[in-house]
Amino acid sequence: MNTELLGIIVTYGLTLLLAIPLGIYLAKVFAGEKVWTDFLNPFEKGIYKLSGINPKEEMNWKQHMKALITINAVWLVYGFFMLMFQGYLPLNPDGNPGMTPDLSFNTVISFVVNCNLQHYSGESGLTYLTQHFVIMFLQFVSAATGIAAAVVLFKAFRDKTTTNLGNFWVFFTQSITRLLLPISVVIAIILAFNGTPTSYEGKDQIVSLQGDTVNVSRGPAAGMVAIKHLGTNGGGWFGVNAAHPLENPNYVTYITEMVAQVLIPIAMIFAFGWFIRRKKMAWVIFGVMTLGMLLLLVPTLISELGGSPAISKMGISQATGAMEGKDVRFGPTATGYWSTVTTIISTGSVNSMHDSTMPLTGMLQLVAMMMNCFYGGVGVGLLNYFTFIIIAVFISGLMVGRTPEFLGHKVEAREVKIASIIALLHPFIILVGTAIATYTLVYFPDAAWAVKPANWLNNPGFHGFSEMLYENTSAAANNGSGFEGLGDNNVFWNVLTGFVLILGRFLPIIGPVAIAGLLGAKKYIPESNGTLKTDTVTFGVMTFVVIVIIAALAFFPALTLGPLAEYFTLTR
Amino acid sequence: MKKYIIQSLRLTAVLLVLLCVLYPLFVAFVGSFSIGGGGGEKIMKNGKAVGYTAIGQSFTKPEYFWGRPSAVDYNAAGSGGSNKGPSNPEYLQQVADRIDTLLKYNPTIEKADIPAEMVTASGSGLDPDISVQGANIQITRIAVYRQLDEKTVEDLVKKNIEGPLLNMFGPSKVNVLKLNVALDELKK
Repeated sequence: MNTELLGIIVTYGLTLLLAIPLGIYLAKVFAGEKVWTDFLNPFEKGIYKLSGINPKEEMNWKQHMKALITINAVWLVYGFFMLMFQGYLPLNPDGNPGMTPDLSFNTVISFVVNCNLQHYSGESGLTYLTQHFVIMFLQFVSAATGIAAAVVLFKAFRDKTTTNLGNFWVFFTQSITRLLLPISVVIAIILAFNGTPTSYEGKDQIVSLQGDTVNVSRGPAAGMVAIKHLGTNGGGWFGVNAAHPLENPNYVTYITEMVAQVLIPIAMIFAFGWFIRRKKMAWVIFGVMTLGMLLLLVPTLISELGGSPAISKMGISQATGAMEGKDVRFGPTATGYWSTVTTIISTGSVNSMHDSTMPLTGMLQLVAMMMNCFYGGVGVGLLNYFTFIIIAVFISGLMVGRTPEFLGHKVEAREVKIASIIALLHPFIILVGTAIATYTLVYFPDAAWAVKPANWLNNPGFHGFSEMLYENTSAAANNGSGFEGLGDNNVFWNVLTGFVLILGRFLPIIGPVAIAGLLGAKKYIPESNGTLKTDTVTFGVMTFVVIVIIAALAFFPALTLGPLAEYFTLTR
Repeated sequence: MKKYIIQSLRLTAVLLVLLCVLYPLFVAFVGSFSIGGGGGEKIMKNGKAVGYTAIGQSFTKPEYFWGRPSAVDYNAAGSGGSNKGPSNPEYLQQVADRIDTLLKYNPTIEKADIPAEMVTASGSGLDPDISVQGANIQITRIAVYRQLDEKTVEDLVKKNIEGPLLNMFGPSKVNVLKLNVALDELKK
């Protein structure tokens, strides 16, 4: 078998090998059972004490959401001002300026919501201070926010009937101390010993072998590259993200970063199953999500390994596949796998330029973000999937003529309404955002913004439309990758995606947690012969069908105008 | 509500110290024991640094092996890909021009010998590597310009092939800067 294919198979295998035990460990941590990391207890107590938190205080789902929103609001305000005034603050060896208000608005939202859409380039747009105190900080805490919200949902289904769902601050803090921080340290050290810089030195000037003078951007990137993958954030230290040879220097770092980004999303599935004492359910969810991933991955590989049809026509050999926008040390196979993974889970870090991938690959990247629940972002992937479970429960209930139930709780009109609104919100904000952008491009091509609409697109024709669709999809899915040819650092895109980002984050967290809270408080109905079993393969397939139908119906027209049209033009 | 605000502020302050001061300082400390001391690994020639192993350089002179086309011209102060879509006519013209340039400087090779990466821009714009085939097509040119025999150059390329990880995972490649430094040292 060829070494490139073997590389990705081993990467995925290694991920599973680590993720399943990690999930079981997480279930124990959040249930308060004994685990080997309990030596951290005094340290965590110290954190609670300094923060004035009583870890024993129980919260209901509304209090959880209030706490979540309050602390997120604090970060928004803090980050906004830090970014605007970074030019005057210390730790700025390259003398980079502060951000404009609209860029700062977009950037801080983007990192608070775990999206990491970057309308700036790390080398020139940030200082070492803001890279650490805003960007990396938010990468930790936004990931912990997602995990904590998912644990609230776990909690609602562990006991028969309950409104006491644990303490938000405890879930949040433990996500950092027991999970994100220790694993980040390990990853950062692996990266450091493979060539990712860790020192605070500024740009270096060298004379190249041929005699040119070149400045080389550096900086303490390893710590941030670790958490950006582990927390499925995706915002890179350097402009080109994980394609940059200092962020991702070789195949060892490739494997490390790939494992890191899928690790927690898969672990959370098993944590859920073990936490609510329904292991079979975890396997069914895992099976459906893996099926979804494979259905996106296999055609991606076929489309990339086949090479670019236009370049084939010129008589060039594309022995390993299409190479535009890709680096040699990864090759098209590993790059194709990365592009699928980074879009199904909401990392959005890239090791190639998605704008230059083949049309069908681009479409699959879009579809992955449109569904946004095959593994999904840390914590939130499972929340998104839960929304679809509720819809599937409702539809299955109607089909067999029984009152729909989930884990012993009746699913009634209110829960189904919330689930439907959340499921439809995603296509709504993506399509409306794209429509506004397209309209602006056509009717106001000369608007006096930093980049005027007529110059937004880096590619003509159908591909140009795909660039705008991708930007909105990425923002709504809180993904953060981009068709980066798009000229997006201007007031229009900064503000538009700023709002898309916020809507795409908090409602899809609050909705599922609310449903779980409401269900958990209802009377428990013991299982009987008439119960619709939700941990069977049949139900898994049903959920899968619901996900596909909603995405297909909502997005097919837009996909036809962009990547599909380009595909047929290119292969004509 | 007010309770949550105060708790949020205090928890944020505590975490800023833990995550933004202690964590990166610890990583920087451990990283200082790596090759390059955490500032990136450099390549030396005659005791002078001529570049970073990981960062590609622009080679335009015919007596050096060339790397891949770069959208940022190997300016490592920044980074970037072309972001050109596969159907963009302006881009396809660019690729055609690159093919012509390669054929002009390497008259002994055929179009079908040219591997894709030699006519397409990398994702980072700083790709330090080319494929083995990408180096092979330049051997004759280098031999002619440096008045070496082809066998010597061929052996040098072979010596500089970096195989897959553990010989099992990922692609084979050649680091262009390392190869060119070795080439310069050959002459002495």
